Amino acid sequence: MIDVENLTKKFDDVTAVDGVTFHVDEGEVFGFLGPNGAGKTTTVRMLSCLISKTSGDARIAGYDIDNTADSLKIRKIIGLVPDNVGLYEELSAYKNLDFYGKLYECNKTQRKENIEHFLRMLGLWDKRDVAAGAFSKGMKQKIAIARALIHEPKILFLDEPTVNLDPESSKMVREFILELKKENKTIFLNTHNLDEAQKICDKIGILNTKLMATGSPKELEESVWGSKTVIQLEQVNEMILDALDKLSLNSIINDDNKLTIDVVNPEKENPAIVAAIVRAGGHVQYVTELSPTLEDVYLKFVR
Amino acid sequence: MKLWKSWVIASKDFSVFRKKKSIIYSVIIIPLLMSIILPFIISSSGLKSGSITIGEFTALLNAFSFFFVILAASLTTVIASYSLLGEKVEKSIEPLLATPTTDEEILLGKSFAAFLPPIASIYVGLVIFMVLIDKLTYSSLGYFYYPNWNIAIIILLVAPLAAILSVELGVILSSRVNDVRAAQQLGQLVIIPFFGIYILGEIGYISLGINSMLLISAMLLVIDVILFYISTITFRREEIITKWK
Repeated sequence: MIDVENLTKKFDDVTAVDGVTFHVDEGEVFGFLGPNGAGKTTTVRMLSCLISKTSGDARIAGYDIDNTADSLKIRKIIGLVPDNVGLYEELSAYKNLDFYGKLYECNKTQRKENIEHFLRMLGLWDKRDVAAGAFSKGMKQKIAIARALIHEPKILFLDEPTVNLDPESSKMVREFILELKKENKTIFLNTHNLDEAQKICDKIGILNTKLMATGSPKELEESVWGSKTVIQLEQVNEMILDALDKLSLNSIINDDNKLTIDVVNPEKENPAIVAAIVRAGGHVQYVTELSPTLEDVYLKFVR
Repeated sequence: MKLWKSWVIASKDFSVFRKKKSIIYSVIIIPLLMSIILPFIISSSGLKSGSITIGEFTALLNAFSFFFVILAASLTTVIASYSLLGEKVEKSIEPLLATPTTDEEILLGKSFAAFLPPIASIYVGLVIFMVLIDKLTYSSLGYFYYPNWNIAIIILLVAPLAAILSVELGVILSSRVNDVRAAQQLGQLVIIPFFGIYILGEIGYISLGINSMLLISAMLLVIDVILFYISTITFRREEIITKWK
């Protein structure tokens, strides 16, 4: 659905996005993680045909972002929620959505049905005639999402949709995104909220001007250090350490009777490790897996 | 180009303007006041007492009718600045540009929004002005002074061309300033040359007759074409997103 090959954007001498390559399948939620200034918004703007690329190629549902005729077709099949909601504060929620429905060339019936559908879904139908300026940040964000969906786009670009929202509103927006995922919408999510990316995204790209890594959250986590097993013992002694040495393990760290051991295949290696410790007279208090988090992955690539 | 999309954008702006009292007051009240005040000033000019000649009197009428050109330029600047800069300040320009609408459709829609309300208001004001002038001066002149070719050129050429100039200036200013009031204040500089012409006509240094009006129209047309070129360069999607301050 989204094919990006070596996409680059330069503003004079500054390279905002440098040779980014990735692919997003239909119905997939793709998260773009990166610090401020990493090029996330610039990438979304290029893919939404708001700004031109400097080099490389990108296609949205087969349409070339660099082709003027295609750019109008792309804008018809995408929805964009920018980092600033940008509603017309004097107009009601209904009129805001109706205006965009007209520009997206929806007929009157489709506009009416979709506005009601999304405002009901977001719990704002009763406030449809209230001026947008009177809404809270969370409500405005919901209207901005409804605005991007009014023409039933195939692809939705969300640029930091939960930034500046309170936890409850953030949760509501995340749940709404998951609802859209069930409807097989392709979603491109810019965020620096790692928890959000982990909960929502099928695939994640870590961007820091260059695309540092891509993969599913699990793949990325495993790419940091594989797996580690943590074993808490009553007492670690030389006999136990000698027994573990014989297993040819990669790394063993002993910290206050807590052994952290690098393992390649935990299901196969963990029973052997525990058996060796018990044979050496050790008393195991607990065994647990130490998994790298998305935060570890993020920090590894953006530092 | 789909004209109906430009009209959708203009209609949305009209809805926004209706909620802005400052815009309503400036667009409706000022031309209305001028259309009533100016005829009464003229009626007390001394034609009846014979202190001024009919030639001087008609020159005064022509100068006063030119006042509506100043209003056309001034009021359009107020709305053009709000229409374009308002989108920028309220950050609504990005979602608007993300719709399947061309730059030309958006620019035309914004131009309609800035151009039509002041022009409509000035036309209404001019009709009131002409009716009152005719009513107040018929007994002295012995004929209805309006309508005449002079006012027709003002209505059909000079005022619309002056308003277009203000719209284009509004587009260019919107790309350079961040504040609606600053844009409106800077935009008001557009009235200086018009005001200069008005003063020169008022003191009798130049005649604001048909020939002068046609010459002013021709000059405005040339300036409008140049500013149109500059404003279309300024109003490009990428420029707006990345370079408008």
